[in-house]
Amino acid sequence: METLFVKGNEAIAMGAIEAGCRFYFGYPITPQNDIPEYMSKHLPAVGGTFIQAESEIASINMLLGASATGARAMTSSSSPGISLKQEGISYLCGSQIPGVIVNMSRSGPGLGGISPSQGDYFQATRGGGHGDYRTIVLAPSSVQEAYDLTMRAFDLADKYRNPVLILGDALLGQIKEPLKTRPYRGTPPEKDWILTGASGRPRRILKSLYLSEGELTDHNWFLYRKYQQMKREIRFETQNLDDAKLLVVAFGSLARIVKSAVGMAREKGMLIGLLRPITLYPFPYAALEKISRKIRNFMAVELSTGQMVEDVKLAVGHKKNQVDFYGRPPGSIPSPDEIFHEIAKVYKKRIA
Amino acid sequence: MEQVFSRPQSLIDVPFHFCPGCHHGIIHRLTAECIDRYALQETSIAVASVGCSVFLYDYLDVDVLEAPHGRAAAVATGVKRARPDRFVFTYQGDGDLAAIGTAEIIHAANRGDRITVIFVNNTVFGMTGGQMAPTTMPGQETTTTPFGRDPAVNGFPIRMAELLGGLTGTTFVARGAVDTPKNLVKTRKYMQRAFEVQTTGEGFGFVEILSACPTNWKMSPERANKRVKEEMIPYFPLGIFKGGDA
Ligand SMILES: Cc1ncc(C[n+]2csc(CCOP(=O)(O)OP(=O)(O)O)c2C)c(N)n1
Ligand code: SF4
Repeated sequence: METLFVKGNEAIAMGAIEAGCRFYFGYPITPQNDIPEYMSKHLPAVGGTFIQAESEIASINMLLGASATGARAMTSSSSPGISLKQEGISYLCGSQIPGVIVNMSRSGPGLGGISPSQGDYFQATRGGGHGDYRTIVLAPSSVQEAYDLTMRAFDLADKYRNPVLILGDALLGQIKEPLKTRPYRGTPPEKDWILTGASGRPRRILKSLYLSEGELTDHNWFLYRKYQQMKREIRFETQNLDDAKLLVVAFGSLARIVKSAVGMAREKGMLIGLLRPITLYPFPYAALEKISRKIRNFMAVELSTGQMVEDVKLAVGHKKNQVDFYGRPPGSIPSPDEIFHEIAKVYKKRIA
Repeated sequence: MEQVFSRPQSLIDVPFHFCPGCHHGIIHRLTAECIDRYALQETSIAVASVGCSVFLYDYLDVDVLEAPHGRAAAVATGVKRARPDRFVFTYQGDGDLAAIGTAEIIHAANRGDRITVIFVNNTVFGMTGGQMAPTTMPGQETTTTPFGRDPAVNGFPIRMAELLGGLTGTTFVARGAVDTPKNLVKTRKYMQRAFEVQTTGEGFGFVEILSACPTNWKMSPERANKRVKEEMIPYFPLGIFKGGDA
């Protein structure tokens, strides 16, 4: 174990290599270029392959090819590039091929800007591409967590034979923090479905086309049951739940700013708690529902005009519970003071 | 009595779903013959594309991975990089390779990926019902060029073999046809060479094959074969464009 001082982007690349990722395919886009740059420098030393593809479309499809042979592979991009990868992500899901896809998101829509934003929440958690599919979505909020969750992403992808998305943002990607590296402790599962050439076994087919009567229905039900099983992977972090009268929900890098703001509120005697989803899909609906029987007031804080807040509302219901929202479209990052001010406003309106 | 003709071992014994007179079936057979010739059945990973050939896995008895429309070359790059010791080939139509997948094929070729590409050019989108392809001939009527392809509006048919043959990264590039036994025999040779440049590690092999689509050309199989000779071959000349003498 070493302690290093690295960027969030670098931590992701390091976590991936540590977890046995040997194939990286990508196309440059700010603010995640440190990932392909790190991979291009360090993969050859471990016998891996880096390819700078001609596009995001090509890179996700290279990942599809490499993963189909059992290799651990990753691609990364930022918002507009992830839009291009959606076709491939849908095919990965349909053909049950794992893979890790990093979105160090920036601001949109369109070319938008390179400032941090959480405006890709819907795209990440609702499928994004075509068809009835889901991907596990992990949302790290620190450099350390970026490293740890990337390793976990590879295990989850293999376990469910499904792509796993890591949703960070420009802030997480560019921030430099201490990182304690640790050896990968997982064991990649036996893969009895991969394509290696039909030597000594019947041939295998990996596909997503199902045309016979009822076949696609069965396939979709199968995938649905798989997505239900993913609920076992739900993770979140809470603070000050015991006596809280208002629960603030935030994820990713913004959750850290919110944490400071909640701390400030606590110092002023406001009974405020925090819930930070670590898996955005599956979303911690059940946990929030349980909390909502005790706490009546919720507040979602996001770097967007409001996306995750819809999941908070779905979780806690509308009738008895109040869900407030403070959102910030991209362009600037709020200070803890500003967030404190917004939280305090809601607290005063609802509780004090 | 000596048996001189039989079904290739890697070709599954089921009837093809292709229309009567379609050349896809012949090209499938030639592909299977090559797999057998170089004993690649147990080491092949085929990348199927989208189009009338999407059911490749119903006919070729090898591991098959299905790619999104147009992306077969990029998928094959991923497969080959992860398993350089396996034989990796794509089988793609003109809509797949020369329209939506143009970027993927040019860059796979230019990287010199050690893969083999079988490109079936029937100047039309077969599967979706006969719309214009990038290879559609000037004046050719399709469901989206009901008055015939007008180059002033839609540009000219794209010659992929010439284009890829001009790239430094490619090793062997040829165009054949299967409208006559003579052309078929030549095409078989081209395919063998395209297989060899991969098995020997030399580089990227590409064979374009002019193919009939009697259904969407609205022609009898005989008339369709005639069209290959009279209209297609003059615009899409047969021969080797890279890596040997024509
Ligand atoms: C992204 C996407 N766009 C369009 C289609 C519809 N589509 C299926 S096959 C095809 C064209 C196939 O033509 P070609 O590659 O020439 O093969 P052929 O059927 O003629 O053998 C199209 C446009 C698709 N499946 N996916
Ligand atoms: S539509 Fe054309 S390409 Fe497709 S099977 Fe029929 S003849 Fe062949």
